[in-house]
Amino acid sequence: MQANSLVLDHVSKHFTQPNNGAALQVLDDIALNIAPGEFISIVGASGCGKSTLLRLILGLESEFEGQILLGGRAIRGTGLERGIVFQDHRLFPWLNVRDNIAVGLKNSPLASAAKQQVVREHLALVGLERFAEAYPHQISGGMAQRVAIARGLVNRPSVLLLDEPFGALDALTRARLQNELQRIWAQENITMVLVTHDVEEAVFLGDRVVVMQPNPGRIKRIVDVGLPHPRQRSDARLVALRDDVLGDFLDA
Amino acid sequence: MKAYRGWLLPLVALGAWWLASEYGWSRSGLWVSPQQVLATAIHEVASGHLWVALGASLARDLSGFAIGAGLGLALGCVLGLSALGNRLLGPSFNTFKQVSLFAWIPLISVWFGLGDVAKVVFLSLAALVPVVVNTADGLRNVPLPLLEVARVYGYSRWQSLTLVRLPAALPSIFTGLYLGLIYSWLATIGAEYLLVSGEGIGNTLIDGSEHFRMDLVLFGMLVIGTVGWLLNSLARLAERRLQRLYGTF
Repeated sequence: MQANSLVLDHVSKHFTQPNNGAALQVLDDIALNIAPGEFISIVGASGCGKSTLLRLILGLESEFEGQILLGGRAIRGTGLERGIVFQDHRLFPWLNVRDNIAVGLKNSPLASAAKQQVVREHLALVGLERFAEAYPHQISGGMAQRVAIARGLVNRPSVLLLDEPFGALDALTRARLQNELQRIWAQENITMVLVTHDVEEAVFLGDRVVVMQPNPGRIKRIVDVGLPHPRQRSDARLVALRDDVLGDFLDA
Repeated sequence: MKAYRGWLLPLVALGAWWLASEYGWSRSGLWVSPQQVLATAIHEVASGHLWVALGASLARDLSGFAIGAGLGLALGCVLGLSALGNRLLGPSFNTFKQVSLFAWIPLISVWFGLGDVAKVVFLSLAALVPVVVNTADGLRNVPLPLLEVARVYGYSRWQSLTLVRLPAALPSIFTGLYLGLIYSWLATIGAEYLLVSGEGIGNTLIDGSEHFRMDLVLFGMLVIGTVGWLLNSLARLAERRLQRLYGTF
């Protein structure tokens, strides 16, 4: 097993329903081995538990069956080696762009000068050097999401989790940020797990696409994309794969 | 032009008042002309009476506000941050705030007399309630998504409190302070009117009314309104600065 592989070892999750106390199963026996540096897309209709799965990997929810291993060790709670980009950017409105990125480094062991340097590098990585002093309400949704990506990456996590990161953006901005994410992934060489309901996005970015189905949330199949990055959206093989995966949802 | 529309009604009223005085439409001894009020104003300012009264009122107002706001922030933090504190003190405070402020006057005058201490106690009660309510609400209603961000980055309890909860609650806390400032000024006049002793702009009003000097009463009302407006503008200014920092509340 490789150093920083992420292993989902037969993960299941139940919620207790507040009204009658009955257990509701949201994830059923999710088994997945993710290699270091791999880009995994998880695609599914809403309610298939894909966001819950991400919260388990992130460590925000600690009650589940099975194991989640990162580099061979079971995860416990949240940790700086796992970064996250949420759908709503979740920037602190009272901090400017630079300070919002630095939020990720608050508890990093780096010295203060090194932190400043890392923040500068990540401002450059997402192309926002000129907006370092701007506040979240002064920038567009796409820019805010780029800040969130930078914040997720400042700790150089071994895994970056992305929970429908572009779901709230318009189509043009979304396409541009997908390209940017592809470039950042190639440049930083870290594992990324992207949860999305956009099949085209899943296929365009993922090395593998995990198709999930609901009630309870489980893996329907795993599609190997097998095309080199960087990719072209118009690539006939991508389009064919997209239609193939889309078929999974239209049949049901 | 639009900016001046608000002046139309007061100017028309002033004009009507002046006309009514000029043509002697009222024979009442209590009727005073705008010129008389102006003369009184000049006299009060020149003789220094105004500054003594206003100074006494403002000193009272600000010390009452400072005490009430300070205690209010502390109590609001206890109610907003600690589940135990909220269970222990919440019900008592919610009952307490239902009692109209002026209903405290008899008790306060028995306990603290009619002097400055009693007035300051009354004012601090007036400032306390909105500060507690808004501070506690602000701290309780910090968006969960932002607290999750703090968890993701391994924030300690102290870091979450000082770097996320307090800044997130700041707009609400500020609203409480703003209301506290306005309430305590209104209560200042109330206290001077009901706990009659000593100097103060409220006492100027009472003097005027007892001596049937409507010019003095009107002048006093004018001063009270102006101070209220000034306090309000000051708080607005601070609020706008905060808003620029936070975007929209």
